Amino acid sequence: MGASQPAGDVDPSTLLPPAEPVHLLDPDGTYHEDPDHPVDLDDDQLRMLYRHMVVTRKVDREAINLQRQGQLGVYASLLGQEAAQVGGAFALSEEDWVFPSYREMGAAVTRGVDTGKMLHLFRGTWLSDHDPYEHHFALYSIPIGTQALHAAGFAMGAKFDDNPIVTMAYFGDGATSEGDPHEAMTFAGVFKAPVVFFVQNNQWAISVPLDQQTAAPTLAHKAVGYGMPGHHCDGNDVLATYAVTRKAVDRARSGAGPALIEALTYRMEAHTTSDDPSRYRTRQEEEEAAKTDPIVRYKLFLEKEGLLDADLGEQVEAEAAAEATRMRDEIYEAPHGDPMELFEHVYVDDTGHFERQREVLATELAARDGEVSA
Amino acid sequence: MTVTLAQAINRGIHDAMEADDRVLMFGEDVGKLGGVFRVTDTLQETFGTDRVYDTPLAESGIIGTAIGLAMYGFRPVAEMQFDGFAYPAFEQFTSHLAKMRNRSRGRVKLPVTVRIPFGGGIGAVEHHSESPETYWAHTAGLKVVSPGTVADGYAMTRAAIAADDPVIVLEPKRRYWMKDDLELPVTTEPLHKAVVRRPGTDVTVVAYGPMLKTAMEAADAAEEEGWSLEVVDLRSLSPIDTDTLVASLQRTGRMVVVHEAAQSLGPAAEIAARMQQEAFYHLEAPILRATGYDTPYPPAMLEEFWLPDVDRILDRVEEALDY
Repeated sequence: MGASQPAGDVDPSTLLPPAEPVHLLDPDGTYHEDPDHPVDLDDDQLRMLYRHMVVTRKVDREAINLQRQGQLGVYASLLGQEAAQVGGAFALSEEDWVFPSYREMGAAVTRGVDTGKMLHLFRGTWLSDHDPYEHHFALYSIPIGTQALHAAGFAMGAKFDDNPIVTMAYFGDGATSEGDPHEAMTFAGVFKAPVVFFVQNNQWAISVPLDQQTAAPTLAHKAVGYGMPGHHCDGNDVLATYAVTRKAVDRARSGAGPALIEALTYRMEAHTTSDDPSRYRTRQEEEEAAKTDPIVRYKLFLEKEGLLDADLGEQVEAEAAAEATRMRDEIYEAPHGDPMELFEHVYVDDTGHFERQREVLATELAARDGEVSA
Repeated sequence: MTVTLAQAINRGIHDAMEADDRVLMFGEDVGKLGGVFRVTDTLQETFGTDRVYDTPLAESGIIGTAIGLAMYGFRPVAEMQFDGFAYPAFEQFTSHLAKMRNRSRGRVKLPVTVRIPFGGGIGAVEHHSESPETYWAHTAGLKVVSPGTVADGYAMTRAAIAADDPVIVLEPKRRYWMKDDLELPVTTEPLHKAVVRRPGTDVTVVAYGPMLKTAMEAADAAEEEGWSLEVVDLRSLSPIDTDTLVASLQRTGRMVVVHEAAQSLGPAAEIAARMQQEAFYHLEAPILRATGYDTPYPPAMLEEFWLPDVDRILDRVEEALDY
């Protein structure tokens, strides 16, 4: 008596994250089998994880270079988060959808999105230039955590349609303080929407560390409040990330509802190319974090398993270099489009919004052309 | 048949849902209860809980999931329960609903309709009588309309739901119980076209939504003074039908713009700017405004002093005529 009526019929203890983050690979590449988190990948797929991570790191570095060369206005590096992004996205099927924040080049690479097209936002030629419907990869979302609601709504739509797809919303530790991820997880829980909320806890929201972001025991514990399971994994362990995400994705696809995953990782680079981390964290901390490099660990694992030799390693490096070059070619000195395009995409049916303003810009452009030719 | 504005809108949603099974209706209390104003009454019974559903009490969630549903391929109709409660969704409105098509270079369209009961005059408690139309109309990528007649309640609802762009329909809540004939099928002007509701020769009075009825009453009262008012129902705030306004101003030479929303930087300011630019030599007087004051919406017992009424409109009309 006196107790409030529970909203669901779920025992909250079954939703709790494990006492320790799921971890399958030691830093020296030793693999520990975990019957709760099987890795159901064949040799080619295991190599593909490596390929995606190496390509991601290469294009990420190249994007930083492009910014330094004045080709991009800004860029948000994911250095150190390759395993979290690639492992998570690799657990999705082709029909599934990804709703990224602005730091998801690794997820884009895994989905097969043209990396060069992802950079138009940062160059400022346009606000995006890939087709979201081609690889089921939504636009980068800069306002923090807002894409979580789009992922939830999309998943609700799929559920209404009995379409067995899953959506995945990527966001960061900082975003868990925002209202939109909270509302997204509330909706997803109520509607049992097939959506996986994937938090890359990279420890830093620009300069604010996690302990100033939340007093929650872990971010994964927040899941219990929404009636969904909370998963916690070593985000620098690509196999753990994959296996945990796979479990959540399979469960969502089966109709059992959403899940929250917290992947522990570290943002080894600055927040963006405009940021200076030396003002808020120590070199020593960064050096410590670098010892948990996700690619080093996975490469040791593949070598131990006999899945990667020097030749293949070189082949992957060459492929990554080629992709970085291709990306550079797409974006290097890419011009902006026709300024009149500013009016083209605002509405499907422009019912007279721009009649007069179009004329103004056209006149200004004609005057400029006159000046150029004079 | 004679119906209320609320019933006409209800019928509009019903017919849109019947015509297209991708149309969904959702919001707070819109299901079993039928909405706090009963605008969605019986829709859940008719179309089921998968197409007409109550959401958690979270406005950003309502608009954000509407965006996801539209990306998926549905045609969501979302309700904000009251004007003043749409603000938690402001970021989803302005950063995503309005911009997604432009950001995606035309690749993603969001055929979302958002219905918002707006405006005052019902003696409501704080936050239930706001006129936030400028926020939405000032945001590129949104279309904003407001029906002022029973027939438009039906027709504009249908047109908004049929549109491939996000449309905000501001429903004049004080007029929900206003009755008129509704003969289906309704044919009205296109969604974004202003309409002359009453021809006149001396002064053009421009109004929309809740103030249309007030403007029509002012025109009746003006007759006793010997003034002939032309009443233009603006209907759409984004875009604004400049041509219809200019044509009317060319006939009368004088214009008073009416809205409940606060005066400064309100719709009337934009209309005045356009009129002086497009019809300067037709002006016999400055464009005048009969609007709410630049204060927060007042407590219920003071709203009659705050809201524009027939007297305030006629005062401005007289000023214009005396100029």
